Amino acid sequence: MKFLDEYRDEALAQKIVDEIRRVVTKPWVLMEVCGGQTHTIVKYGIDRLLPDEIELVHGPGCPVCVTPLEMIDKAHTIAQRPDVIFCSFGDMLRVPGSDADLLVLKSRGADIRVVYSPIDCLKIARANPEKKVVFFAIGFETTAPANAMSVWQARKQRINNFSILVSHVLVPPAIGSILQSPLNRVQGFLGPGHVCTIMGYREYEPIAERFRVPIVITGFEPTDILQGALMAIQQLEAGTHEVQNQYMRVVQRDGNSVAQSLVNEVFEVCDRKWRGVGSIPKSGYRLRHEFHEYDAELLFDVKEIDTQESSTCISGLVLRGVKKPQDCPAFGKQCTPEHPLGATMVSAEGACAAYYAYGRHLQATNAPRNS
Amino acid sequence: MCLAIPGKLIEIVQHPSGIRMGRANFGGIVKQVCLEYTPEAKVDDYVLVHVGFALSTIDQEEAMRTYDLLKEMSQLQELEVPEIREVTLGGP
Repeated sequence: MKFLDEYRDEALAQKIVDEIRRVVTKPWVLMEVCGGQTHTIVKYGIDRLLPDEIELVHGPGCPVCVTPLEMIDKAHTIAQRPDVIFCSFGDMLRVPGSDADLLVLKSRGADIRVVYSPIDCLKIARANPEKKVVFFAIGFETTAPANAMSVWQARKQRINNFSILVSHVLVPPAIGSILQSPLNRVQGFLGPGHVCTIMGYREYEPIAERFRVPIVITGFEPTDILQGALMAIQQLEAGTHEVQNQYMRVVQRDGNSVAQSLVNEVFEVCDRKWRGVGSIPKSGYRLRHEFHEYDAELLFDVKEIDTQESSTCISGLVLRGVKKPQDCPAFGKQCTPEHPLGATMVSAEGACAAYYAYGRHLQATNAPRNS
Repeated sequence: MCLAIPGKLIEIVQHPSGIRMGRANFGGIVKQVCLEYTPEAKVDDYVLVHVGFALSTIDQEEAMRTYDLLKEMSQLQELEVPEIREVTLGGP
């Protein structure tokens, strides 16, 4: 096994779809939490394979999308300083701030570098002792161990010209926020497989119990998603609301305790603002006081930057599963991946960008599914 | 962003800085991987890699078991009575 191709088997996928058709008796709304899952669903047309009773709505799990505009403006302010080398994952480069994006700033002379891993920034810092190297540390729980390790190693190796701009968010508080909303339509969740690889799924158990929703921790390949959907539908039909693990080949109930331990040493939980959603209590990480000398937000004095969003964008409703991309009058017209108006169009993993990339803006909004 | 890819671990090395590193093969592309969070990982194991860090070692037995279960489910369906198959395949 190579752990990829096996989970893209078309005949197997069709069999799972047939099983879903067999067990479903009434309409259900499922939300996949992760942007990676959204991308797989739209790319393979999984939502259109499912029977009419099953509606998939797309969750807030795209960290590039939910990084607040003001945090992007802070990044741009720091990146334009002549004494800074600004490092970022590639997917943040084209996300526009109020003025420009990182690629435009690079063309204007800013030293902006794409890194594969935050640990690569330490090499850049060692090679450029006269510069301040700043890494844009965004992401969910999946990415937190890597970002925590970069800071922990910087301290251990006495690298003093490295810092991170932290915009970390956490999945369970976002799920809680969606379920508490009076607009909520979601009846079951496909949980975030890679987040749970790190964190395990114990913290989802009280959510499933309190809101009486099934949560199935699910992988990212087509048959993973279909099997996760089948398990959630079986629970909904049976009236149960448990946390189940479809992604057993990598996820364990307690997660990766080595990674959790270092994350907790470097970061602490804080309130965070989510683009399109607003502030959610205890929904993110910030550096602990002991690591403040690595906090770019403090070092470069950008705390006061505050930015307002476009008022026409409905991405907050899309991120909560209340609306679909094509419900927005700007989708595919004023709002495109080149000129995004809001959160869900800024990254390939955002629901609007995924719908756009696979041509759904070209199709009639009332076209029948399953065709 | 939370993309993580399975790769086969082909080498484990102790970096001069003390970090446990390795090299993993992703379908022909070999990349460096930090193994600090997977102390149990051995050469020839498949590891799930995100931004240069192995997040977990893939449980091959579990992977086979899940896959076999899915296959078995599809075989069981072959035995289903024709009425159900007609209904299930009759969608638009």
